[in-house]
Amino acid sequence: MGELRLMKGNEAVAEAAVRAGCDGYFGYPITPQSEIMEYLMAVKPYETTGMVVLQAESETASINMLYGGAGTGKMVMTSSSSPGISLMQEGISYMAGAELPALIVNVVRGGPGLGTIQPSQADYFQAVKGGGHGDYKMIVLAPASVQEMADFAKLGFDLAFKYRTPVMILSDGAIGQMMEKVELFDPIPRRTDAELIAQCPWAATGKPKEREHVIITSLDLDPAGQERVNLKLQAKYRQIEKDEVRYELIGCDDAEYLFIAFGLSARICQKSMDLARAKSIKVGLLRPITLYPFPEKQVAEIAKKVKGILVVEMNAGQMIEDVRLSAGCSVKIEHYGRFGGIIPAPDEVVRALEKQIIGG
Amino acid sequence: MEEQFAKLDIRKDENIVYKRTNLLVDRPLSYCPGCGHGTVHRMLMETLEEMGIQGNTIGVSPVGCSVLAYDFLDIDMLGAAHGRAPALATAIKRMWPDHFVFTYQGDGDLAAIGTAETIHACNRGENFTMIFINNGIYGMTGGQMAPTTLPNMRSSTSPYGRDVAIMGHPLKMTELIAQLPGTYYVTRQAVHTPSHVRKTKKALRKAFENQKNNTGISFVEVVSNCNSGWKMTPVQSNKWMEENMFPFFPLGDIKVDGKLVEKKEAVAKE
Amino acid sequence: MTEEIIIAGFGGQGVLSMGKILAYSGVMQNKEVSWMPSYGPEMRGGTANVTVIVSDERISSPILNAFDTAIILNQQSMDKFEKSVKPGGLLIYDPNGITTHPSRKDINIYSIEAADEAGKLGLSKVFNMIVLGGFLKLKPLVAPENIHKGLEKSLPARHHKMIPDNENAIEIGKGLLKPLNVLN
Ligand code: SF4
Repeated sequence: MGELRLMKGNEAVAEAAVRAGCDGYFGYPITPQSEIMEYLMAVKPYETTGMVVLQAESETASINMLYGGAGTGKMVMTSSSSPGISLMQEGISYMAGAELPALIVNVVRGGPGLGTIQPSQADYFQAVKGGGHGDYKMIVLAPASVQEMADFAKLGFDLAFKYRTPVMILSDGAIGQMMEKVELFDPIPRRTDAELIAQCPWAATGKPKEREHVIITSLDLDPAGQERVNLKLQAKYRQIEKDEVRYELIGCDDAEYLFIAFGLSARICQKSMDLARAKSIKVGLLRPITLYPFPEKQVAEIAKKVKGILVVEMNAGQMIEDVRLSAGCSVKIEHYGRFGGIIPAPDEVVRALEKQIIGG
Repeated sequence: MEEQFAKLDIRKDENIVYKRTNLLVDRPLSYCPGCGHGTVHRMLMETLEEMGIQGNTIGVSPVGCSVLAYDFLDIDMLGAAHGRAPALATAIKRMWPDHFVFTYQGDGDLAAIGTAETIHACNRGENFTMIFINNGIYGMTGGQMAPTTLPNMRSSTSPYGRDVAIMGHPLKMTELIAQLPGTYYVTRQAVHTPSHVRKTKKALRKAFENQKNNTGISFVEVVSNCNSGWKMTPVQSNKWMEENMFPFFPLGDIKVDGKLVEKKEAVAKE
Repeated sequence: MTEEIIIAGFGGQGVLSMGKILAYSGVMQNKEVSWMPSYGPEMRGGTANVTVIVSDERISSPILNAFDTAIILNQQSMDKFEKSVKPGGLLIYDPNGITTHPSRKDINIYSIEAADEAGKLGLSKVFNMIVLGGFLKLKPLVAPENIHKGLEKSLPARHHKMIPDNENAIEIGKGLLKPLNVLN
C-alpha cells in the first residue's frame, strides 16, 4: 500500500506530478487552483528530483513554456482555471499541431468572463471539442475524487507521451479545494537525458552529426502537406477513440433510469442514487472518465435498456449533446444543471429525475 | 561550369578564402534578395560552428519573415507562436541548462505581441541569447506599421506616415531591457557593410560565450533593412537605414558585463 | 458507519482546521474521509463552513443537503443549518453570540460554552478543539491515539509543541456539554 495522506485535490495533482517524474511545471496564479504551484514551491522538487518549477508572467507564457519544454521531450505540466485556460488556447492548438505531449490541469470555475471562483463544469465544450483553432482534440480526463486527481497526473503523462498529444485534466473548484484520503503511488525517477533522447527521437535535444536536425513546428505552408498533417492527427484520434475510452458504471444492472454525469456531478449523483433507491426508484449512474474520447458505445448500449436518462452537469447543457449523439432518439434524455458556481444538491437531483424523467 | 572549374583546378584547400558554413542547410533562403536576415543567419551559424556547439544548441524561431529559419539552420529548432519565443527558450534552457539556447525574432514579434515575454525573460535573467532583427516594419505580412516604425515613416497601415500623436511612438526595446538587472550584455549592431558584419559576429560570439557562465540574457539587436517593405532597392534601403534608422537606433554596446555603457560612448560611433 | 457533519462559523474560529483535524484522524483510523470547505472571499472574515464526512465505505457526494451533525458557531450558520440536520440527528452549538436558539424537537441539541471557557483558561487558540471535544464525547468516531496522529499530520511541525494543549482542550470540551433536547 502506498503512502496515505489527507490532501486537497490541488495538492494531490501536484504531488503526483512530482512522483510521476515530471521535469517542469510552469504556471500563473488563479483561484481556485493556486495551491498547485504553492504546493510545488513549498516542497521544492528542484532540490530533490530536479524538477523545475517556475511562476510565469501570464498563462500565455506558461503554455508557451510548456511548448518549449515539451518540444525538447521533457515531461511538463501547467495548471490554471477557466479564464487562464482560455488564454492558453493558442498554445494548446500549437502543441496539438506540433504533436507535443504535455499535461494541462483545468480547475474549472464558473463563467463566462471573470465569472466566479466557485466550481463549475462549463468548460466541457472548450476541453473536448478543441478550444483553440483548427481540427484537433485533447485527451480529457475527468477526476471525481482527490484520489483521481493524483492518479490522473500519472495517467495523463502516460497518455500524453503514448500519443504525443496534450492531455487535460478537467477538474473543478470543489475537487481542487476539497480534501480526501489519497493513496500515493511510489515515486518514479525522472528520466535521464540519455533515456529521454532514446525514447523521444522526435524531440529537439541538440543535433548530433549523424542525424537530421529536428524541427518542432505546426506550420506547413503547402496545403497538401498541411492536409497530410491533419490526416495523421485524425488517424491518431481514431486510435485514441478505439483504445482509450474510460468510464464507470454504478448500480446499472437493475436500473430503470440512468444518471450520466462526470466529475463532481457524478459524486453528487451517487448520493442521489441512494436517496432515490430509498424511494424504490431504480436508478444507475454512468460516469464518463474520459470526456474525449467519449464512451459513445457504452452510452448507446445502456440507452437501449433504460426508460429515461438524466444528464446532470454544472453547466447549461454541454455533455448532453454528446449523450444525445451517442444514444440517438430511442430514449428520453433530459438535462439538469446548475451554473455560475452553484453545486446541485443530491435531493434536488432526485426531484429533477422525478419531474423531468419519471413524471414527464 | 563544373567542367570549367575542374579544368582550372583551383579548388584546392590553399586557394579557399571563403566557404559557406556547414551549419547552413544547402537550400535557397526564402528572404528577399538584399535583405539582412540571410547575413545574420550566416554569422549565427559561423559562430556556432567555430564554437563547436552545433550538437548542443537549441534555437527558437519566430513568426515573421524568419518563420522558416529552422529550414536553413542545421540545428535542432522549435518554431514558436507569434511573440512567444522567450517563453519557449526559458523552459528549454531551464531544463537543458548545459545546452546553448537562442531566440531569433523580428520587431513585431519581440517588441509588440511578445513584449511581456521579452521583458520578463530578460528580467528573470534567463541564460540564453536573444537575437532581435529590427527593420521597423512587418515584412512578411506586407509592410504594416511595427512597434519600431519611425515617426512619419510610411507603412501600409500608416500610409501617410506614422503620426505619433495618433499611433504612438516607436519603442526602443533594447534600451528598455538594458535597464533590467537580468540582462548582462546588450548591444545594437548592423550587417550592411563588411565591417558591421564583423562586429555583429563578434557580438554574437560574446553573447554565446556568456551562456557558459550563466550570466543572464545576452541581447543582440541588429538594425536591418527591409527593402521590400520599405519599397526601395537594397542599396537605397541601406542608405535610408543609415540616414534614418541609425540616428534613432544608435549602434554600439548598451550594456557590457552587466554594466550600462556611458551614453556618449554608445552614441559615438559608427 | 457514515457520519456526515457540517461545521460552520466565522472565519478565524478555526472551523476549517477543526474539520481537517477530524478528517485526518479519520484517515489515521483507516476511514474514508472528505473535507469540503466553502472558499473564496467569503472566507476573508465572513462565514466559513466545511462539510466533513467520515465513513467506512466509499464516500459518494462530498456536497450534502442534510447532515447527521451540525456544529454551529455563529447566528448566520444557525439560521442556515439548523434546518439541515436530519431528523434524529445532532446539533451542537456555542451559545456565545447566538440570539435565536435552536428550537427543533426532532433532533438532539447540546450547547457547549467553549468560547467562555477558552477565554477563562486563556486557551483561545484551541477554542475549536474544545468544541471538537464536545462532539467526540457524543460521537466517538476516532480513537484518542488517532486524534494525536491527526494533530501531528495536520499541524505544521513548528506547532507540534501545541499538541498537548490541543489534546487537553479536547478533554475539557468533553465535560462542557449541556443537553437541551435529547431524544430517546
Ligand atoms: S520582406 Fe523585408 S524583412 Fe522580409 S525577407 Fe523581404 S526584405 Fe527581408
